[in-house]
Amino acid sequence: MLDCGMHMGFNDDRRFPDFSYITQNGRLTDFLDCVIISHFHLDHCGALPYFSEMVGYDGPIYMTHPTQAICPILLEDYRKIAVDKKGEANFFTSQMIKDCMKKVVAVHLHQTVQVDDELEIKAYYAGHVLGAAMFQIKVGSESVVYTGDYNMTPDRHLGAAWIDRCRPNLLITESTYATTIRDSKRCRERDFLKKVHETVERGGKVLIPVFALGRAQELCILLETFWERMNLKVPIYFSTGLTEKANHYYKLFITWTNQKIRKTFVQRNMFEFKHIKAFDRAFADNPGPMVVFATPGMLHAGQSLQIFRKWAGNEKNMVIMPGYCVQGTVGHKILSGQRKLEMEGRQVLEVKMQVEYMSFSAHADAKGIMQLVGQAEPENVLLVHGEAKKMEFLRQKIEQEFRVSCYMPANGETVTLPTSPNIPVGISLGLLKREMAQGLLPETKKPRLLHGTLIMKDSNLRLVSSEQALKELGLAEHQLRFTCRVHLQDTRKEQETALRVYSHLKSTLKDHCVQHLPDGSVTVESILIQAAAHSEDPGTKVLLVSWTYQDEELGSFLTALLKKGLPQAPS
Amino acid sequence: MKLYCLSGHPTLPCNVLKFKSTTIMLDCGLDVTSTLNFLPLPLVQSPRLSNLPGWSLKDGNAFLDKELKECSGHVFVDSVPEFCLPETELIDLSTVDVILISNYHCMMALPYITEHTGFTGTVYATEPTVQIGRLLMEELVNFIERVPKAQSASLWKNKGIQRLLPSPLKDAVGVSTWRGCYTMQEVNSALSKIQLVGYSQKIELFGAVQVTPLSSGYALGSSNWIIQSHYEKVSYVSGSSLLTTHPQPMDQASLKNSDVLILTGLTQIPTANPDGMVGEFCSNLALTVRNGGNVLVPCYPSGVIYDLLECLYQYIDSAGLSSVPFYFISPVANSSLEFSQIFAEWLCHNKQSKVYLPEPPFPHAELIQTNKLKHYPSIHGDFSNDFRQPCVVFTGHPSLRFGDVVHFMELWGKSSLNTVIFTEPDFSYLEALAPYQPLAMKCIYCPIDTRLNFIQVSKLLKEAQPLHVVCPEQYTQPPPTQSHRMDLMIDCQPPAMSYRRAEVLALPFKRRYEKIEIMPELADSLVPMEIKPGISLATVSAVLHTKDNKHVLQPPPRPAQPPGKKRKRVSEDIPDCKVLKPLLSGSIPVEQFVQTLEKHGFSDIKVEDTAKGHIVLLQEAETLIQIEEDSTHIICDNDEMLRVRLRDLVLKFLQKF
Repeated sequence: MLDCGMHMGFNDDRRFPDFSYITQNGRLTDFLDCVIISHFHLDHCGALPYFSEMVGYDGPIYMTHPTQAICPILLEDYRKIAVDKKGEANFFTSQMIKDCMKKVVAVHLHQTVQVDDELEIKAYYAGHVLGAAMFQIKVGSESVVYTGDYNMTPDRHLGAAWIDRCRPNLLITESTYATTIRDSKRCRERDFLKKVHETVERGGKVLIPVFALGRAQELCILLETFWERMNLKVPIYFSTGLTEKANHYYKLFITWTNQKIRKTFVQRNMFEFKHIKAFDRAFADNPGPMVVFATPGMLHAGQSLQIFRKWAGNEKNMVIMPGYCVQGTVGHKILSGQRKLEMEGRQVLEVKMQVEYMSFSAHADAKGIMQLVGQAEPENVLLVHGEAKKMEFLRQKIEQEFRVSCYMPANGETVTLPTSPNIPVGISLGLLKREMAQGLLPETKKPRLLHGTLIMKDSNLRLVSSEQALKELGLAEHQLRFTCRVHLQDTRKEQETALRVYSHLKSTLKDHCVQHLPDGSVTVESILIQAAAHSEDPGTKVLLVSWTYQDEELGSFLTALLKKGLPQAPS
Repeated sequence: MKLYCLSGHPTLPCNVLKFKSTTIMLDCGLDVTSTLNFLPLPLVQSPRLSNLPGWSLKDGNAFLDKELKECSGHVFVDSVPEFCLPETELIDLSTVDVILISNYHCMMALPYITEHTGFTGTVYATEPTVQIGRLLMEELVNFIERVPKAQSASLWKNKGIQRLLPSPLKDAVGVSTWRGCYTMQEVNSALSKIQLVGYSQKIELFGAVQVTPLSSGYALGSSNWIIQSHYEKVSYVSGSSLLTTHPQPMDQASLKNSDVLILTGLTQIPTANPDGMVGEFCSNLALTVRNGGNVLVPCYPSGVIYDLLECLYQYIDSAGLSSVPFYFISPVANSSLEFSQIFAEWLCHNKQSKVYLPEPPFPHAELIQTNKLKHYPSIHGDFSNDFRQPCVVFTGHPSLRFGDVVHFMELWGKSSLNTVIFTEPDFSYLEALAPYQPLAMKCIYCPIDTRLNFIQVSKLLKEAQPLHVVCPEQYTQPPPTQSHRMDLMIDCQPPAMSYRRAEVLALPFKRRYEKIEIMPELADSLVPMEIKPGISLATVSAVLHTKDNKHVLQPPPRPAQPPGKKRKRVSEDIPDCKVLKPLLSGSIPVEQFVQTLEKHGFSDIKVEDTAKGHIVLLQEAETLIQIEEDSTHIICDNDEMLRVRLRDLVLKFLQKF
């Protein structure tokens, strides 16, 4: 199972995936070999405790170390909002999160993890957020790559996703930004800084809803350096206690960040901020300008939503949405232009503040997705995560450019891909070397054939020379030999006939070994030709051509050749 | 398969393995013990060292007195220290395809190999190995370069002259190939050739061989290597530890069922128990400090020092040492302490779970925060202002020949209050101390070597069950100083094959099979036949396609349509004699055969018995078929139609191979 996310737009059963698609009545553990979590965002791991503890799954769950570290914290955070603030019942508990995390097996980048005898998985760097990974899933020579969310351009704190040319049978890629070809990162950053700066200059407050880990750190680095350069004094706050912790994670998992940060971390740790301070609830009512990073990122609950409600009525203020918002969330509503929001208790909130959208969320755009497809060279592509219309556009583009099949199944739909893998067999080195010794270059006109015997015992397949197969099985060879009598009109003595045969064959068969033996017989390779007198007709000689079944072709050819008679000997 | 042994030092190995079509260098260790023959390089001019008398021959000839100095009966070379490189002549090193590094101590000769031998391949190592290896190299270069020495002695290396010198100079091997230290530029260039790998990552070499690093439990990022093809497996075990210190535990399971296991880097002090040594270290340290003396700990900037600091972290408060300053002096001290905190994924489980909290995995972060541990790039600068005595100083180099440690030896050597505690096992402490004699300070030898001892090795071999074990010759006999200890050697069956420097071993290893792939179209066309219960056979005729050392069998091409009326030349018809028909097996039951002949329209058949079988006569066709147990002979006139008919009837009774 690839990822186990939740839908942020729902508060009912639809919030979690419908696991009955996997099995109606059996145990999930019997149906799943393993679960792979690509990164710590809740839309990829939010349903994990529900799935493993409430539905019931006891097999391994694979994720990278940073994901394993951060995932339980976000789950707990989410649980608190759902249960403590919204008072939802029938939700997973803190203990369930702990029990669920006990089933996690951490993987290193590029480590090949043997899930069982056949199934192996391997993680690749995906950018996107700290610890995000793409996974290659492989059995024998067949493989699938699942990207999770990824980012093909390095940003201020993470590197770019990378995969080798692993030629999977299927590439399952996210397509959140299926058509957006985003302008250069620098332009977006300048735009962002300009908007923040203008707002605080005119005394407004800026709200930036973010998730505690990920985009937040990138934007913090960006604002920190800008404040430093412009010598600004307007306070920047970061909400929730997670901040400090989050930055700690970045410091300890610095090997997962981009090269520049990794190289300089001994001298200066980029995650120690001077201008950014912890936020307190009371600050929201302070007069004067300020910038606040608040969680969560889609304005669907928690502190960011609270601050939003306080500030929404003032047109001097601004909310900047730096990432994608799922349908149903307040974030999605205001981004789609809604200015009157129905809140809990029939209250209507009028949004007067400016609403800005800036695509900072680190998903690959169409160009990036195409780039990844080019890197991995898959046989088929499957798009997930995104809006159907845009995905359809991307699907056509991929099929055109790479000439591979591209699918985009809806929920509940099944795609079946036939594959025809080669069958691995052990070949005896003797046989292989004998073949290779005869020249590696395939002759285009008449390719040479390798002959051998495939011995199949249980699941063990071995290709050996026929002689070895006979020997191994304790079987004797049965020799099949032919001797043909060819009548020739020749009055000369047998020896002379033999000599004529020899010179005829010698001149005709230039590539073969033709010999005249002392006893008067002639050989062509291993074919023996003897001349004898005819018992009745002294004017006729009989040629006895004798060969084994292995030389069938040549023997048959020789008799046909000799039947045509010998050229007249020069007198 | 051959093994070229380029280093004689069992814990600083350098071997080249030729396996299938690849040439793989296993480790690139630099033997630094050669520097023990040199005078120390003082940071500050030392009157004692510069006034040592020159050495002269027995007959009073003093022509070497500029190069050789005498100190307390030992003779030292007064020159820039030099290192003993791996053999460069035994094998053409430009043919090496890849270098596999097992830990940061075993890569110190890398710049010599990658920069000066025409090497064009790739080096594989884990990230901590590279980062900490870089620190060790940086420190070494820094130690040597910051004390420029005008003189580079070479006269003593002359073969005729070396013979006349006292031991151990007289017995030093290959002194003419000893080289001075590399430069930072060479280090950077060498390190740029490294490709980072993770544990259990499968790396394909030219499609012929697969190499995989495994955790070896000895140091941050230290690895053993599996080198395997589909049918052969070589394990390279180098510097492994089963003790629980800071690194990830050793992966033993993956070493199972090797054809050959190459075993290097065992403990250098098989009789010392590391835990006991740590205890002794702490108590001696406390004793000295309490008596008002200073403690000097010559050490590398990474590795055991992390464990020592952790022990001290738990120990200093209970021992009443909380006010004593601890100094860590190295050009890379800060980097080493910082780097140790960011390799969570390479640490043991305990330390990993700390990072999940998130807290720094090593407690030295707290020692630094509380100002108990201070680190400096050298004794110059800030250190001289902060320096308070009594104190504890961790500094390098453990050979006592260069680095800040030389200064402290000169400074504290004259007082019996002070103590030098040796924890690094790489150098004999007596030899290290020789140029400082006579010495008043106390010397404590607590070598901490966490690598495998012989009991652990024998258990490991019992579990891993390799067919053959290959190891340095030092491991196949008891140590020379303890020749009665038969337990201090490798004991396995069959006996381990041993190697020494500059030797080439042919490994007892017969390759029998190779992987090949059958294309599905070809597989579909095969007709398996059950010969014995559970065993089926199918004859295969296919086109072999080999690319990048991968072999694929493709279906044979369809016979081309004979070209219409075009007249062919005879030569085009001549069959290729290399195309052989399959072998036949089985026997022909005469009665059934005759019945078959009759069914196919042959009449007038006569069967005669012979000594070995039968003769079937087709009188009408003047044809005779001799049938014996394992041969059949058809003798007929030149009637191809008839012959082919008979042939096919005979073949019906036989199995093809």
